[in-house]
Amino acid sequence: MVDSITLEVFRYSPDSGRDSFQSYEVEFRDDWVVLDALNFIKDHIDGTLSYRWSCRMGVCGSCGMMVNGYPVLSCSAFLRDYLPGPVRVEPLNNFEVERDLIIDFDDFLEKLHSVKPWLVREDEAPVEAGEYLQTPAELASYKQYTMCINCMLCYAACPVAGHEPEFIGPAALALAHRYNMDSRDQGREQRLDILLSNEGIWDCTFVGECSVVCPKHVDPAGAIQQSKVSGIVDYYKSFLTPWMAKK
Amino acid sequence: MRSAQLRPLRDLRMIRNVESKLHDVVIVGGGGAGLRAAIAAAEVDPGLDIAVVSKVYPMRSHTVAAEGGMAAAIKENDSFEHHIYDTISGSDWLADQDAVELFVKEAPDELIQLEHWGCPWSREPNGTVAVRPFGGMRIQRTWFAADKTGFHVLHSLFQTTMRYASVNRYDEWFALDLLVDDGRCQGVAALELRSGEVKAILGKAVIICTGGGGRVFPFTTNAAIKTGDGMTLAYRAGVALKDMEFVQYHPTGLPGTGILITEAARGEGGILVNKNGRRYLQDYNLGRPLDISDPNHPQNRTMELGPRDRLSQAFILEEQKGNVMQGEYGSYVHLDVRHLGEKLIDSKLPFVRELALNYGGIDPVTEPIPVRPVVHYMMGGIDTDIRGATSLPRLFAAGECACVSINGANRLGSNSLTELLVFGARAGHDAAELAAGSEIGDVGALEAQATASESRVRGLVSNGNQGTERIADIRQEMTTAMETGAGIYRTEESLRATCHKLVELRDRFRNVNLDDSGLRYNTELIAALELDCMLDVAQSVAFSALARKESRGSHQRTDYPDRDDDGYLKHSLAYREDDSPRIEYKPVTITKWPPAARVYGS
Ligand SMILES: Cc1cc2nc3c(=O)[nH]c(=O)nc-3n(C[C@H](O)[C@H](O)[C@H](O)COP(=O)(O)OP(=O)(O)OC[C@H]3O[C@@H](n4cnc5c(N)ncnc54)[C@H](O)[C@@H]3O)c2cc1C
Ligand code: SF4
Ligand code: FES
Repeated sequence: MVDSITLEVFRYSPDSGRDSFQSYEVEFRDDWVVLDALNFIKDHIDGTLSYRWSCRMGVCGSCGMMVNGYPVLSCSAFLRDYLPGPVRVEPLNNFEVERDLIIDFDDFLEKLHSVKPWLVREDEAPVEAGEYLQTPAELASYKQYTMCINCMLCYAACPVAGHEPEFIGPAALALAHRYNMDSRDQGREQRLDILLSNEGIWDCTFVGECSVVCPKHVDPAGAIQQSKVSGIVDYYKSFLTPWMAKK
Repeated sequence: MRSAQLRPLRDLRMIRNVESKLHDVVIVGGGGAGLRAAIAAAEVDPGLDIAVVSKVYPMRSHTVAAEGGMAAAIKENDSFEHHIYDTISGSDWLADQDAVELFVKEAPDELIQLEHWGCPWSREPNGTVAVRPFGGMRIQRTWFAADKTGFHVLHSLFQTTMRYASVNRYDEWFALDLLVDDGRCQGVAALELRSGEVKAILGKAVIICTGGGGRVFPFTTNAAIKTGDGMTLAYRAGVALKDMEFVQYHPTGLPGTGILITEAARGEGGILVNKNGRRYLQDYNLGRPLDISDPNHPQNRTMELGPRDRLSQAFILEEQKGNVMQGEYGSYVHLDVRHLGEKLIDSKLPFVRELALNYGGIDPVTEPIPVRPVVHYMMGGIDTDIRGATSLPRLFAAGECACVSINGANRLGSNSLTELLVFGARAGHDAAELAAGSEIGDVGALEAQATASESRVRGLVSNGNQGTERIADIRQEMTTAMETGAGIYRTEESLRATCHKLVELRDRFRNVNLDDSGLRYNTELIAALELDCMLDVAQSVAFSALARKESRGSHQRTDYPDRDDDGYLKHSLAYREDDSPRIEYKPVTITKWPPAARVYGS
């Protein structure tokens, strides 16, 4: 039975500009996740360690980190799976580091905004008209792509996002697809330009790592593939027969 | 890895006048209530400038964790009258009936609006939205998006706010204090986590939507960010905190982590059993159980679908009888959903399965889930009227941080998410109308107040390394004192001890230590500021509980076991004083539903 485990944590101070790895030894507990160990360190050993977290139940998307080189939610990564240690904890790849384990992902929010992640309607019905109808089958066709918690693990895993920062990237493209597939939405055409732009779906080389690391089984790679198929159709329609694209 | 661009350094001790940013409406909080308020305000007039200040990115707000669903009467077998009565009796008659009536009537439109904004509600085969049963409701009326309702609600709202160019976000800004000029609230002083700078974010009206404060207890379903900050902001500005003694324990949390297993598990037919395999709720005036194979199981307002206060209390009584099981993290009973079958569990309760598997090592398809009561929700909060307005002009509050009150002494599950929308929209609308026709107060005076907030924060950081008290120690002593003295069952003696301890901790907080003297992303500073807020919230809970000498809903005093309508059919109001709060009362609004006994079980 192990009774302690070492975490090697990446430290970066924006005030001094220095970075390093710092080792902390904590008690090993079978039911502790990496985040619990970080919280223990912050509370009792070193209050300067900075990272984001909130729900501790894998749903708020705050706590993504590289653990032993792999992007995970630190609130769902059990220490017992990294025995005997040491466990290397670093900020997510492919993002600028603000401090310690905190990354700057404002860029993602701009990309998300660019794909119009809301229901676009030609005619917005008044609430008195009741709900838009949608059958369980129609719901099922896009449900998976609604499950994204914006945790950024897929961007950390994506080789294209790594060397092409402009790439809209897996999660934002999956969310665009989510709205395109929603039977209530009529904004497909409005999203076409951005999806077909240089930074859009064609940038994806289908490595598929995003879908492997996604903790919510969103399958962004699948979403991008599907978008490509329908994108080709839309593209040729708009190019050859502009009137057809309007349906 | 590219390192972050360096921003110019600033001496921590150097205090200079803070700058201000001017908006029309300032909303503190980017959860369900805050985002709904922002959209409502933006829709009043696209020319208005709306600011949303949030200490976390909005989609991280704790609304994201809500699982089971949200209530609104829309189905043919339902009526407003039923939803109103369920809510009022659920509240043990402490809810204001005019507020409940309005809430119930506005609920369906709000939920449909959310549907029009893209929320992926679960559906009936004919394409209409589906509803499920929930505790304390006599008719199925809880709309749901599988068991990730809050997640979908929050992301739908967040993504929809992106449509509105007039909504400006201050993501990861921590609100420190309200700014008041000439008796009117005109903004907040806020700390930007990234830079460590304090600014005055000014507006002609302010709405607090900062959520609950379950973190004052040790064992809670609430996320780390639920530290009651906004309640404290208002409290420090002289606004009363209403009905704070009413704290909801949810009967089914996972031992150890406190992760919630949603009431929807019981709504779908899950049962609670003690160590002898008995459905013990039948021994606590919650009706007779039907066999799980009976087509009428589960019955509304009966057994496992009783209200949360009664179910959590029944657990403690079972514990006293020695009928519960013992584990590493204390005692527990079993929530059994095996009979629902894998297919239903995967389609309607997939998150329950994921959480139980990941965090409890239990597959609910094949094993019963160990559960125990866990602090979940605060019925009390910032005292508002039915338009969300507080006693401080130009200050509104909505969502879990507010107390309108529709929840009274016990909230019914699935009413809270609905409350965020109904009262968030009202507050957003009214704040925008007020802002539209007015000018900002004295900017210089407001900036000077923000400068004072900045000095307070800088003082905390620069004195920090001389302090002797660790944040985590004070926090732990506070949460322990709350659980032992102000938990499910309370007495004069237990509450006095807790109140006493809290006064001591407040004093010790003055000597708090900070390891971190940095400016940027000083998350230890945030932890200290949150603890400061929690100490105020904890005091308001404990002192209000001490003053209420009766038992009602979630507030159970073993020394005063009965409800006392003559003495206490009234709201408590805690006002902040130097050492401990002053408690006053105001009447409950009763319109058509005179107080009666709460009867459950068909
Ligand atoms: C696990 C769980 C499950 C639940 N399930 C249900 C359910 O099924 N049905 C139901 O009706 N209710 C449910 N509830 C209750 C409901 O989810 C909450 O009451 C509700 O989501 C609160 O929303 P809110 O907008 O008031 O606050 P929150 O969503 O908590 O948002 C608070 C916001 O305020 C901000 N904030 C806080 N302090 C500051 C500060 N100092 N400065 C700046 N910003 C600040 C935060 O950043 C955040 O954006 C559940 C609660 C929990 C914990
Ligand atoms: S697609 Fe998956 S990995 Fe990417 S941000 Fe969304 S939830 Fe995270
Ligand atoms: S803390 Fe919320 S996802 Fe990990």
